[in-house]
Amino acid sequence: MSSTPIDRVAQATPKKVARRIKGLSDRAIAWIFVAPTIFLLLAINIFPLIWTIQLSFTNYRANRLNREVENIGLRNYERILTDSDIWLNMQATAHFLFWTITLQVLIGFTLAWLIHRNFKGNAFWTTVIVLPMMLSPAVVGNFWKFLYQPQIGLFNYIVSFFTGRDPSSFQMLGDVDLAPWSIVIVDTWMWTPFVMLICLAGLRSIPDYIYEAAEIDRASKFRQFWTITVPMVLPFLMLAVLFRGIENFKMFDLVVQLTGGGPGSTTELTSINLKREAFEKWRTGYASAYAIILFVTVFGLASIYVKALNKVKER
Amino acid sequence: MKTRRLATLGAVLGCTTALATPAAAEELTLCWAAWDPANALVELSKEFEAESGHTMNFEFVPWPNFADRMLNELNSGGKLCDLLIGDSQWIGGGAENGHYVKLNDFFDAEGISMDDFAPATVYAYSTWPKGTPNYYALPAMGDANGWFYRADWFADPEIQAAYKDATGQDLREPQSQKELLQIAQFFQGREIDGKTVYGAAIFTERGSEGITMGVTGALYPWGFKYENTPGSYDMEGAVNSPEAVEALEFYKEFYETATPPGYTNSYMGESLDAFKSGQVAMAMNWFAFFPGLYADPDIGGEKIDFFVNPPQNQAGSTLGGQGISVVSYSDKQDAALEYIKWFAQPSVQAKWWELGGYSAHNSVLNDPGFVDSQPFAGDFLEAMNDVQDFWQEPAYAELLLAMQKRVHDYVVADQGTAKEALDLLIEDWTETFEDEGKL
Repeated sequence: MSSTPIDRVAQATPKKVARRIKGLSDRAIAWIFVAPTIFLLLAINIFPLIWTIQLSFTNYRANRLNREVENIGLRNYERILTDSDIWLNMQATAHFLFWTITLQVLIGFTLAWLIHRNFKGNAFWTTVIVLPMMLSPAVVGNFWKFLYQPQIGLFNYIVSFFTGRDPSSFQMLGDVDLAPWSIVIVDTWMWTPFVMLICLAGLRSIPDYIYEAAEIDRASKFRQFWTITVPMVLPFLMLAVLFRGIENFKMFDLVVQLTGGGPGSTTELTSINLKREAFEKWRTGYASAYAIILFVTVFGLASIYVKALNKVKER
Repeated sequence: MKTRRLATLGAVLGCTTALATPAAAEELTLCWAAWDPANALVELSKEFEAESGHTMNFEFVPWPNFADRMLNELNSGGKLCDLLIGDSQWIGGGAENGHYVKLNDFFDAEGISMDDFAPATVYAYSTWPKGTPNYYALPAMGDANGWFYRADWFADPEIQAAYKDATGQDLREPQSQKELLQIAQFFQGREIDGKTVYGAAIFTERGSEGITMGVTGALYPWGFKYENTPGSYDMEGAVNSPEAVEALEFYKEFYETATPPGYTNSYMGESLDAFKSGQVAMAMNWFAFFPGLYADPDIGGEKIDFFVNPPQNQAGSTLGGQGISVVSYSDKQDAALEYIKWFAQPSVQAKWWELGGYSAHNSVLNDPGFVDSQPFAGDFLEAMNDVQDFWQEPAYAELLLAMQKRVHDYVVADQGTAKEALDLLIEDWTETFEDEGKL
């Protein structure tokens, strides 16, 4: 008697259960299994999204339940897109995104390349490098706030040691020109290990025989790097950029702890601004429109990027 | 028929008994900010527990998160708090959005008169619309923004001589805002006991309400007004008046020339830390902290003294403090009202002051011994005579955040001019009032 895994499962099914599902098609059974997930997805993702879109066309405020809600058409969208302060927030976010991703890719890839070589203490150094990303962003924010303190902060003392400048003569978090860089430095410190790990996975996936063939062909190390290493790690690197890009577009906790969006509004990223509109000013309709604009932006950019990533993978 | 009559009689008797006797022992939760006076209130409330049989629980939230946490609680109709000592600016929203129980009938029934409390506190903490006899809170904690300084440094003959040389004046408690700045600038970067010290700790915090509470300490003495005519929301010429521009420029100069390095996002905690660590000669903060500072073994006692926010064109202090309200979503309103009744008693108010709370009850404030009861008591009375508060509108949070942004942009981030900052503030506030249907 043949005994396939399906038969074995069928035999093991208690008779009561077997009787209950008797007569159901495979498709119906599949639906029964998938239905809870679909229900959760609808309840947690799709319904709020549709509701947010609906709210974005109103003047609804969640703290004024007794106020009449009016449909105001595209007014919220118009106000947001013509608000110069919001464009400044967008610029601050773009600056943060561009520099954090650039630095994390460069440093992360370099670290991965170094760690990939076999040397004594390799595992120890990998653990040390990975430590920052294991900390809570709130802890990292507070920790760096002390490091940046002009009078007692280690960061200012190190800069002072190398440049001869008085440590209390500059403020990383309080200076309009330096504050955007201060958050870039902290995010890079915290998340470069993540990029490094992904790059390391990419480096380790390259079979040795490709390098051996290149050696036989007398390709220089430089050429091997540009024609083998970089193209084969590129899909991994692009994935890391996608993850970091989406994460940093939503950046909130770290920056709130460090600067609170200041000085002035210099480091007020869109997510911080959105939170203020939604849960401090309680302009729910306006904040919904703001959230939809951000969602479309991220979704659009991510879709284009994923298409590019797939093309790179196909090569 | 007989049975029905008996049942009706029983129901009537039951209702009567329920109304006549105190509520059954309940567990009440009182919500407030986490700070020194809250600890005093815990101590004070033990008497209420003993008298009433109710149990008191407390939910204290640190100041930077207090508004966020509590307003979210109220807006969601949460039942966490039975009693809430909410900020004065919340009264409009609390009343209009139905978060607070209106207390007029209760006050009438229990013989609690608002005439027994300092008029400024009743106006600020209890009434909505402002100044009308519609009460949503009992004044619980009078407070204003004041100053404290290192009395031992001010009394040092060497420092006094140096100040005289530098300014031609005697070193004393400042009598004007400009003298305050002059003294702070004198101390800025000075070596005292082998340590570099700085002028003063002022409020510059961006996230919640810090810089607004600080800057209004300069705006009010210069004569700042929110509206040309109260209730008209006509802000042009009032909010951006020449006096307001001058006051804002003054605060920026203060920040740039007389505060410790890195003092870009500082509020109550940072002010206390700067003073306690011997970093600054003077600091602004709420009177609520003064009992703790005076009792501090390192910088308290003889080493510290206090002064009211100095006048410039007029006297003016930023109002702090809160009223205590019954939350309308509470299932234990009767027991919560019992607490209010107990708290309003003159004997309890006297003990409240003794323990470190700032009573607003006239029997305490008008007591002949009050002024000498603490070194800051006289300053507190003086400050409460000239207090001004921020908007108390239901949209207060939106109005506050706009001011936080515009003022921080100008003072700390050095963007634009004072006039531009105030013009932009009027634009923001106008938009808010238009959305509210008030303009």
